[in-house]
Amino acid sequence: MSLTSVELESDRTIVISRKFNAPARIVFDAWTRADLVKRWWAPKALGVTMASCEADVRVGGGYRYVLRNPDGGEVAFSGQYAEITPPSRLVYTQVFEPMADAGSVTITVTFDERDGKTHMVSRELYPSKEVREAVLASGMEHGLRETMEQLDALVSSPGLD
Amino acid sequence: MIETFTALADPNRFRIVEYLLGGARSVGAIGEALNLNQPQVSKHLRVLKEARLVDVEARAQQRLYGLRPEPLRELNAWLERYRDIWDQRLEQLDSLIEELKTQDLEAAQRHARKKKG
Repeated sequence: MSLTSVELESDRTIVISRKFNAPARIVFDAWTRADLVKRWWAPKALGVTMASCEADVRVGGGYRYVLRNPDGGEVAFSGQYAEITPPSRLVYTQVFEPMADAGSVTITVTFDERDGKTHMVSRELYPSKEVREAVLASGMEHGLRETMEQLDALVSSPGLD
Repeated sequence: MIETFTALADPNRFRIVEYLLGGARSVGAIGEALNLNQPQVSKHLRVLKEARLVDVEARAQQRLYGLRPEPLRELNAWLERYRDIWDQRLEQLDSLIEELKTQDLEAAQRHARKKKG
């Protein structure tokens, strides 16, 4: 079972969350320090590696994470820190450089420590009206998941083709 | 992809898509089932058609609107891919955190010994 939850929320937001068995200051460090970020940010099992990783962790400072895809192509994510409150809260922007025209995502990450464990929640607020409207549809995520299940049943039934 | 999102963003259009999972229906049947008037249904169906979410077919004397599965599959694939990426990232982060925790503990123990000695 996956411990990570990725949900669409009822505005233009995607929410990612997970619990870690460590105090918040350790999770916060691992989330922000470039020498640590480069060890987890690339999804290695998909054949993706970290080409470079820089972060100037202060308000107004910037970061740039570059991923190298299995085909050798590189894509960069970059942004600026808007709020840094160790070890509980971070706000930063993020631009996917190949689609810079689409605008920047604002990411708010909270680290909530209880009994030595930390609940991390990352809220990604998307800029475009289209995506916002899409996610605004009430119960979208829940509805979509059910829709997909029903759709799978439908398309695998003999009547469709 | 954006077209699919936009088309499904409207709650009534989303309801129409859900309703059409039961099979192709006429404008009249859709309006009756979802309590929408005919011009509203026609307007929504036009948007859904432009997003290639529905197709129209003529059957007997009626025009029936039915779902095209491809855009919905693409949308699902997009979300699933995002889930996969984050699942992997955070698994890796979890391993790293375990390592940092051990280092942290060792450092604390060294510090405690130093104080004692």
